[in-house]
Amino acid sequence: MQYLLLIYTPELPNQADIPPEVFQQQLAEYDAFTKETRDRGLMLAGEALQPTETATSVRVRDGSTLVTDGPFAETKEALGGFYLLECKDLDEAIELAAKIPGARQGTIEVRPIWQLPETYGA
Amino acid sequence: MTGDFDRAEEAVQDAFVTALERWPVDGLPANPGAWITTTARNRAIDHLRRDRRLVEKAELLGRETAMASDADDVERLVEARDEMTPLQDDRLRLIFTCCHPALPADARVALTLRTLGGLTTPEIARAFLVPEPTLAQRLVRAKRKIRDAGIPYRVPPDHLLADRLDGVLRVLYLVFNEGYAASRGDALVRQELCAEAIRLARVLVTLMPDEPEALGLLALMLLHDARRDARKAEDGSLVLLEDQERGRWDRARIAEGAALVDRALRMGRPGAYQLQAAIAALHDEAATPSDTDWPQIVALYAALASLEPSPIVELNRAVAIAMAEGPAAGLDRIDALAATGSLSEYPYLHSSRADLLRRLGRRDDAAAAYRRALELTENAAERRFLTGRLAEVTRLS
Repeated sequence: MQYLLLIYTPELPNQADIPPEVFQQQLAEYDAFTKETRDRGLMLAGEALQPTETATSVRVRDGSTLVTDGPFAETKEALGGFYLLECKDLDEAIELAAKIPGARQGTIEVRPIWQLPETYGA
Repeated sequence: MTGDFDRAEEAVQDAFVTALERWPVDGLPANPGAWITTTARNRAIDHLRRDRRLVEKAELLGRETAMASDADDVERLVEARDEMTPLQDDRLRLIFTCCHPALPADARVALTLRTLGGLTTPEIARAFLVPEPTLAQRLVRAKRKIRDAGIPYRVPPDHLLADRLDGVLRVLYLVFNEGYAASRGDALVRQELCAEAIRLARVLVTLMPDEPEALGLLALMLLHDARRDARKAEDGSLVLLEDQERGRWDRARIAEGAALVDRALRMGRPGAYQLQAAIAALHDEAATPSDTDWPQIVALYAALASLEPSPIVELNRAVAIAMAEGPAAGLDRIDALAATGSLSEYPYLHSSRADLLRRLGRRDDAAAAYRRALELTENAAERRFLTGRLAEVTRLS
């Protein structure tokens, strides 16, 4: 099964506030996790996201497109990145989620991918 | 994956329900392991016979079985149907799947009772005072999550087992407590919940005989359940442990529970259920309240507090200290606990404090504490008890 592991972590008001050595450390930890999932053949995709201040929200209402700045909710934790992994079952996905460095400061949301029938894509 | 769960659910229920029906009536068989294996084989053969695609083979093998007294021949028969897995394993897998931590807690309880217990959906709904459609919906959602989220249908591997077994035991204990100490609901339905929790724990212990905490939980439930009849007066009001008619305690349950605690503790891996069961055994084995080994109970609560620190454990420890060393020593402890504020809404903090104040002759303080306990108590029997004590301390003052 495929699982999307969404990494929600506390967002600092300013990315520059992170001391460079801490940032380097975080990068190294994510690299290690990425390498492990790749080596085990589980990695389908994985990306980090720019902070939410760079986000744009798009809605279509009554046929017109509304574009607003930022995300809707003011939450403490924001989506900062994701991994799309191939796992045997939920237990394996949970074990991998627990290894993501962000799990120690934030929350990893584990979502199974909904395998829609092929006809949907046709 | 779903296929596994649904098929197992169906296959397991027969043998399992038989165990649940027979054991309470016949008592635990002398060798439950062998009994289960035999039943599982018999059931497997039944299924084999029912399976149309295999009718011929089953008849052939059935004739062989009739002639064969050797267990190996039966084994071969079971293996004849390739998708057939040993039912014993199925049952264990089912328990772990129903109690998976990714399911909401209330759904775990409902699913366990529905799938592994003998309770119907309306019975579970009544026991938990939930409208039937709500409960049915809860079950449907849980089964859907098992399928769509890929919750594995298996006994967890070793590195997860301790954690997951803990979750299973918690579900069973919750079911038992809902039946034993429920603050609401109908007495008969609640009794059924206790019986169900005990039956499931028995099965778990049979399937995992080397898990001391599983033994401990079964022992704990038996040792509490032994006092069930003596715990309620004719009018339904609650009778405190020290006032209970000990002749009405169920001696067979006590003996079974105490033996289980001993067996568990000898494994050398103490846990919260084992320690609580050991405490319950000390109460149950005292011929009169004054024979109770309070210093030993204080020591067990101390061990429990270091293993699983909680204000509730501290409260019980304080009450035990009051019994071992006198009400003043206990009251000091409870007052210190009350000062932290963590149990301010917990009725037993106030009723225990009230009792010690009463023993110390501080009637006005006791009355105030009884009133506070009454504000927080919904259970009718407990309310009657507290009202009686309140009247006692206000009567002659």
